[in-house]
Amino acid sequence: MKQILHIASRELSTFFDSLTAYVLIVIFLGFSGFFTWIYGADVFFVGQANLNTFFTVAYWSLFIFIPALTMRSIAGELKAGTLELLLTKPVSDWQLIFGKFLSTLLLIAIALAPTVIYYFTLWAIGPVDHSAILLGYVGLLLMSMVYISIGLLASCIASNPIIASLAALSIGIFFHIIFDVLASNFVGLIGSFFSYLSLSTHFESISRGVVDTKDLIYFFSLVFFCLFTSKMILSNRNL
Amino acid sequence: MDIVVEHLTKRYGPQKAVDNVSFRVKAGEVLGFLGPNGAGKTTTMKAMACFIKPEEGDILVGGYSIHDHPEIIKKNIGYLAENNPLYQEMNIIDFLEFIAKIHGIPKYLIPERILDMIRTCGLEGEKHKLIGELSKGYQQRVGLAQALIHDPDILILDEPTTGLDPNQIVEIRELIKRIGKEKTVILSSHILAEVEATCDRILIINNGRIVVDGTAAELRKQAQGNEILKLGVQGGDIDHIFESLFEIETIDSIDIIDVDKQLFEIQSLPNTTSVKAIFDTCVRNNYYITELTPTEKKLEDIFRILTLH
Repeated sequence: MKQILHIASRELSTFFDSLTAYVLIVIFLGFSGFFTWIYGADVFFVGQANLNTFFTVAYWSLFIFIPALTMRSIAGELKAGTLELLLTKPVSDWQLIFGKFLSTLLLIAIALAPTVIYYFTLWAIGPVDHSAILLGYVGLLLMSMVYISIGLLASCIASNPIIASLAALSIGIFFHIIFDVLASNFVGLIGSFFSYLSLSTHFESISRGVVDTKDLIYFFSLVFFCLFTSKMILSNRNL
Repeated sequence: MDIVVEHLTKRYGPQKAVDNVSFRVKAGEVLGFLGPNGAGKTTTMKAMACFIKPEEGDILVGGYSIHDHPEIIKKNIGYLAENNPLYQEMNIIDFLEFIAKIHGIPKYLIPERILDMIRTCGLEGEKHKLIGELSKGYQQRVGLAQALIHDPDILILDEPTTGLDPNQIVEIRELIKRIGKEKTVILSSHILAEVEATCDRILIINNGRIVVDGTAAELRKQAQGNEILKLGVQGGDIDHIFESLFEIETIDSIDIIDVDKQLFEIQSLPNTTSVKAIFDTCVRNNYYITELTPTEKKLEDIFRILTLH
């Protein structure tokens, strides 16, 4: 566990040292703030004290940002040769994968943290559904976990960070939108199958304020599958 | 800690990088690993450092197998990889601190160890710089520092002196020698002089197989064989000189190297020397000797003979 934390904290400080983290946080807050409060279907236009607009914006921007954060995680280490440095230290493949996973998740959490102000602002101007907002954040974190693990998997498969990022986006887009589109085109068993696969189904049900074990199983099994596959690919390296 | 390599085989596709290699390194030994490019040195070292898994065979470090207990082995080795990968964007102290933490060095000992490493590896003047800003020689020192920080029993160094200037090479060699007094060191190189200067034992590997295993002296002896002399004789016709030299019983073969200067290469029969006989023959025929040099095979030549085919 200590090794995971050491790796995660080193990785996190790299995000901040290389300004990646600041750029991400500024763009993310700018975007979400703009659409939540100023433009389009903002809070004042909708006239309801909820953060649905913010969650939708965050849902999309995280989907795009995460592959850019994870693309270098393994592929970059491989390219720089530092994978050899790390894995000849007392670090197991699992610890490395979890360390990388945790560092990106922490960065997302840090980017989300300032938006808590939105919640308090909203609370001041109208009656809010506290549990829905809380679960909205939980949903965002769960969704981030899925995309981080997909990004890690892509970073293990591709040796080039750019390809890793594109691969993560193209795998991600299936869960983000394509399964949803397919679900609406099919009926019966196939339709519900695609609907179950679609991430938005589960995200919506959680951000509506309903926690269903079915949703949790969905998120965690996807995360586990991707991390496990990443670990297998890493362990079968032939360098 | 002893290292035992047993029937190690590693393939990359159809090519065997290492083919059934077995050897043993005793605790406290400094072993030089030699071979031409692509001979399998790095692959063997990577397997020892638990970075890659061989298809066949096993490596036992202090009795622990790389297949079953890589985590124990990794704690006891310091490894400097071939092109010395480092986190370029970190500064030296942060980097060493990270490595120390990964090795589980107790927190209160970490500053002391870092300072110790900075001193040992001569990094005092650069310690606040980013690794990416350092010259190659200093980066190599950081590489050594990270390999040594947890005071490992075994040190595996893959071409530790490549890219260094002559002064730095001497310094690093001195450092390795000093470390080698207490620890098991395995170092690879394709520079023979380096291996000869630092190592107790030499292992030459070619095409994935071990071709020589012994000390530098043994290696010389093994390859030296017959006495070879370079001889220059004047004072007579070259054909007559050739004939009279040929009459000497201990001479096995004579080659004319240079007709104008009348230079010969003379090889004696095994375990004999022809120096006195040559001298006597020249005196008898009123020739005079312009040159008489024993030709000693250099380690470079031995290396070439053993690795070329």
